Amino acid sequence: MAKNKRKLLQGNGACVQGAIYAGLRFFAGYPITPSTEIAENCARFLPQVGGRFIQMEDELGSMAAIIGASVTGMKSMTATSGPGYSLMQENIGYAYMTEIPCVVVNVQRGGPSTGLPTKVSQSDTMQARWGTHGDYNAIAVAPSTVADTFTETIRAFNLAERFRTPVTILLDEVIAHMRAIVPIPEEGEYEIVNRVKPTKPPEEYIPYEITENFVSPMPGYGEGYRYHITGLTHNTLGFSTNEPEEIVVKLDKLKNKIDKFQDEIMKLRVNNMDDAEVAFVSYGSVSRAALQAVSLARSVGVKVGTIQLYTIWPFPYDKLREICSRCQKVIVAELNMGQIIHEVRRALPEDIEVLPLQRYDGEILTPTQLLEKLEEVL
Amino acid sequence: MTTVVKQKSDVMLNYLRPKMKFPSVWCPGCGNGIVMGAFIRAINKLGYDRNNMAVVSGIGCTSRMPAYMDFSSLHTTHGRALPYATGVKFARPDMKVAVITGDGDALAIGGNHFIHACRRNIDITAVLINNYIYGMTGGQGSPTTPSGAFSTTTPYGNVEKHFDACNLAIGAGATFVGRATVYHYPQLEKMIMQAMEHKGFSLVEVVSNCHTYFGRLNRRGDASAMLKEFKENAVNITKAKTMTPEELENKYVIGTLYVNDDKTEFCDEYHKLMDVAQKRKK
Repeated sequence: MAKNKRKLLQGNGACVQGAIYAGLRFFAGYPITPSTEIAENCARFLPQVGGRFIQMEDELGSMAAIIGASVTGMKSMTATSGPGYSLMQENIGYAYMTEIPCVVVNVQRGGPSTGLPTKVSQSDTMQARWGTHGDYNAIAVAPSTVADTFTETIRAFNLAERFRTPVTILLDEVIAHMRAIVPIPEEGEYEIVNRVKPTKPPEEYIPYEITENFVSPMPGYGEGYRYHITGLTHNTLGFSTNEPEEIVVKLDKLKNKIDKFQDEIMKLRVNNMDDAEVAFVSYGSVSRAALQAVSLARSVGVKVGTIQLYTIWPFPYDKLREICSRCQKVIVAELNMGQIIHEVRRALPEDIEVLPLQRYDGEILTPTQLLEKLEEVL
Repeated sequence: MTTVVKQKSDVMLNYLRPKMKFPSVWCPGCGNGIVMGAFIRAINKLGYDRNNMAVVSGIGCTSRMPAYMDFSSLHTTHGRALPYATGVKFARPDMKVAVITGDGDALAIGGNHFIHACRRNIDITAVLINNYIYGMTGGQGSPTTPSGAFSTTTPYGNVEKHFDACNLAIGAGATFVGRATVYHYPQLEKMIMQAMEHKGFSLVEVVSNCHTYFGRLNRRGDASAMLKEFKENAVNITKAKTMTPEELENKYVIGTLYVNDDKTEFCDEYHKLMDVAQKRKK
């Protein structure tokens, strides 16, 4: 086996390298800590591969520009942090409604409002699900290491293209600014998914046709298919509608295309769960501490395991229930005042005690803190 | 005569989506239809490949226009047409990109995007239909509502000052700026052609009538009375240059107000940058 190239990268840099590997050729963004290095890396590396970088006047414009680029068939991305993610919600909603693939990186910091620009947080997990108004289904992924960031960014692009939807990468300040050696895969080593293009001629093309998997083929602008795209609720032809039946068809399409194919999106890392009586559920940088804590606890004979959520949305209710079936207690460790814990409670039967371990002072959860919590609950 | 009329309507039908979208949402007599006619005739005369053209809009009465026309049409969010169009144009610089927008869309909620699109001098043509009021939501004051004018949110007269879209565009760096009215539609058609052909950011402001709200609330009469008022109070730029500010009070200065062919265009400059970046990589 040929030895892979390795690079010393920051989390934000790994995100950009993974994105370019996945086919990113258009980035629009606005500087914001702690995500700025993503924009800086794109400004430097994208033109080298024939891609484009533009610094927009704000996050509203950034999100709009990447959707505009994606409409032409180009893979596009933006990156921001909490305050910018709030501003982007308007046009993220447009991408959900119009089913335009794109990737949004949110390097989380403390909030609300300007909050803690340089401090870590995981308090935007619910915003990634319910951030924009209306009914829709969301996809969000969360890496926990610098190397993960590379591969999860590829996965985010693949999911965006496969499901014709915006995908959020929930990074956090710790991983984004951490540096580590990252193996750089050869071309072809990872599967790259591209959106399905229509095979029908333009005169027979139905832009939002209901297909077997609810995802409609999407031509790029300028490829001979002149069609209409609108954020108004639309029928399969793409034109706005007030007809109750057509409204239901559209909203069901947004729901079904993800709900019915969740298995393609779900990704969890399960560690030491076979005989575990207690489990840590975590995601992002906290999962690092969880792995360490479990390894230490196991060395003294405690039956504890971890479940790391790579896919945050859609939430893996059924899988979690299955994996935790033998547990008596589940500790949900997260850097917020309690967000994903509510989903874990919804997932698990009442006889499993779901306990919080939360930190929201801008600092990380350490393995020691996890072990202390473990001692407390045993 | 009938042949000419038929030929003209054939052109319109060819560019419209008659089975899909009509009747339009616009009130009878709305200036938007005149602008759409001028836009279609302009594109037809320019002979552009329709498959290589995108028409982008935001939200409002005016922004419904792309849905009726058989181009690649992108009806986006309120105020954001220009950044969406920037994404399309920057990704596909070979495509012709036009934005259809209104005074509220472009100058209030989209004001920041408007000045930055001008500043970048990206090769997009913005047709800004200015009817001095928010039509779709029912007649509220806009950034172009004149001081003292009535709207549903200025029931005692507007205490604010208004924007001059053309001056704003010139100040922000646009390189083709013109104004026409819906009465002067042959001039409008020609101006859209010039703007589309201009390399760089171009603005065509179209003074238009919302007789339903602006006309009614300000006793300007019906559509034809408002068009007559545009005819009477329009002053060509050449003549306007000889007039005093007092004489120009309440006049519509029309014509090509500003052209700059020397300024570099954004996508062109970026392509040069790509060459530099690729050489450095090697």
